[in-house]
Amino acid sequence: MTTNAQLLPAPAADGSEGGTAAAPTSGWRLALRSFGENRLAVIGVGIVVLFVLFCFAGPHFYHTNQTSVNVVNSFQPPGSGHILGTDGQGFDELGRVMLGGQSSLEVGLFAAAIATTIGTLYGTAAGLAGGYIDAIMMRFVDMLLSIPFLFIVLIVATKFSSTVLSLGLILGMFSWLVPARLVRAEVLALRNRGFVAAARVMGASGPRLAFRHLIPNALGVVVVNITFQIADAIIAVATLGFLGFGLYYPHTDWGDQLSNGVTYLTAGYWWLIFPVGICLILVVMAFNFIGDALRDAVDVRLRRR
Amino acid sequence: MAIYLLRRAVTAAVVLLGISMVTFALLHIMSPSPGRDVLGLQASRASVAAFNRAHGFDRPLISQYLSYMNQLVHGNLGYSYKLNQSVDALLSENAGRTAMLVGVSLVIAIAIAVPLGIFQAVKRNKAADNVVTALAFTAYSMPSFFLGLLLIDLFALRLHLVNAEASQSTSAFVIFTDPRSMVLPVATMAAVSVAMYSRYQRSATLDQLAQDYIRLARAKGLPARLVLTRHLVRNACLPMVTLIGLSVPLLLAGNLVIESVFNYPGLGLLFFNSLQSDDYPVLLAYTLVSGALTVLGNLAADISLALSDPRIELA
Repeated sequence: MTTNAQLLPAPAADGSEGGTAAAPTSGWRLALRSFGENRLAVIGVGIVVLFVLFCFAGPHFYHTNQTSVNVVNSFQPPGSGHILGTDGQGFDELGRVMLGGQSSLEVGLFAAAIATTIGTLYGTAAGLAGGYIDAIMMRFVDMLLSIPFLFIVLIVATKFSSTVLSLGLILGMFSWLVPARLVRAEVLALRNRGFVAAARVMGASGPRLAFRHLIPNALGVVVVNITFQIADAIIAVATLGFLGFGLYYPHTDWGDQLSNGVTYLTAGYWWLIFPVGICLILVVMAFNFIGDALRDAVDVRLRRR
Repeated sequence: MAIYLLRRAVTAAVVLLGISMVTFALLHIMSPSPGRDVLGLQASRASVAAFNRAHGFDRPLISQYLSYMNQLVHGNLGYSYKLNQSVDALLSENAGRTAMLVGVSLVIAIAIAVPLGIFQAVKRNKAADNVVTALAFTAYSMPSFFLGLLLIDLFALRLHLVNAEASQSTSAFVIFTDPRSMVLPVATMAAVSVAMYSRYQRSATLDQLAQDYIRLARAKGLPARLVLTRHLVRNACLPMVTLIGLSVPLLLAGNLVIESVFNYPGLGLLFFNSLQSDDYPVLLAYTLVSGALTVLGNLAADISLALSDPRIELA
């Protein structure tokens, strides 16, 4: 795969490549423009922004009691006093959805950040090292990819899934394999390019090559992957929560709420399931839209070269 | 061909060995003292130590691993102390039902996704394509358990057309004998796969539609229908061969969730119950089996692609 190296402003170390004729529209700006032209992508960003505001700013405007159980008030249908009704503990459902959304989004972002960081570093190290070190490192990735993700995560989550931090850590630690493969492929294509050779000749060390030259140029792939990672992590959190291995009480997430709502499906308490489910689908879909559009944007930029 | 197969088999064996080491080590970290898990929190420290010693869990990890592997190659996958049954028996009891559920859903999914993807590619960017894409995208963004819940709510609880819970029969062929109870699990599993496969089928077909041989076939006056059936379909299906082989871990994970949602007694539900009861021998064995199936799936994908596409040279 070819890359966008020459469209980016030349890194400071590459005096030979920069010069005064820097392109007024950088690759990133072109990508941003083509991203903005994609209607679905803009909708996706809009949904994500909306949900971040809804989950994190919402509770400041819509005050609800989410700490003390009030059984007398349980299973109120939507309407008077509670816009989306109440659940089995008497908690206001709309406030509950906001609270669950906070942890779902937090875990998703945290897991994606960890997976991307580990994957980028690992992939760059493998691609830069080359030869048999690269072969061994990538066979290790192949091997871990052969163990179904959900199985491993479930086993670990039975003991360590109590908080947002630990759950994000678990998901992140077992999902860095795909970004590692993508980044390594990018680095393999980049490492034989002129600007890398020039940096090498000037005596750049391995870490300098990685952090100043290779990783910045592989960022396109990384950024596209992050959005898909977030979407997958949010689904994974929900699945863990639904199966009962998610966050512990009093923390809650959307999967955990769905799992509670299912108990009362036969009783017809639809408001315990549909609002949460729709939020979940919308957020995941929004991140998928953004990812697809980003991928197109990066590709389009490559084609325009 | 023989050399290629041999080399692939050796690689697969090395990967399998690695999987066994990683999984064994991970399960050991999760459950360093199986005696505690088996005897419970009430048991005295001495009886836990005695249990661990009697079953060899006090030995160094390497030695435990080697004896586990020794048992494994002799066909013994361990013993479930919680269920008081050998893991071999547990797995083989449930394997048939899971294989039927996954197999039938997979066949249905392929039978729907392949024509659907080709149809979408031919009608590219028209209303029909956009509707199907939107549906596929929604299903793809939905956790499989939620799709299952929606179907239960609509078809079982509101319309009373089918049963909400899967059949509890021990027969592997329950899908055919009791369709009323099995429609929903099969449909949910199939729907998730259709969403994924049809997207790939669509883009694979688009790639083929741009090729010269399609233009030639059209130029020589072949009717559009024959261009599709004679030339396009075979080439457009090639990537699916690989995709299906590579989707084994996703199928197994989906099966785990769906068996838990519908309470269908198979390997997935066994794994779920073992998670809840900290039954580590079962967890270890099924994770190893699923890793092995994944490796076999990858191998099968490579080999069947090589067999079905004469352009691929084996080296």
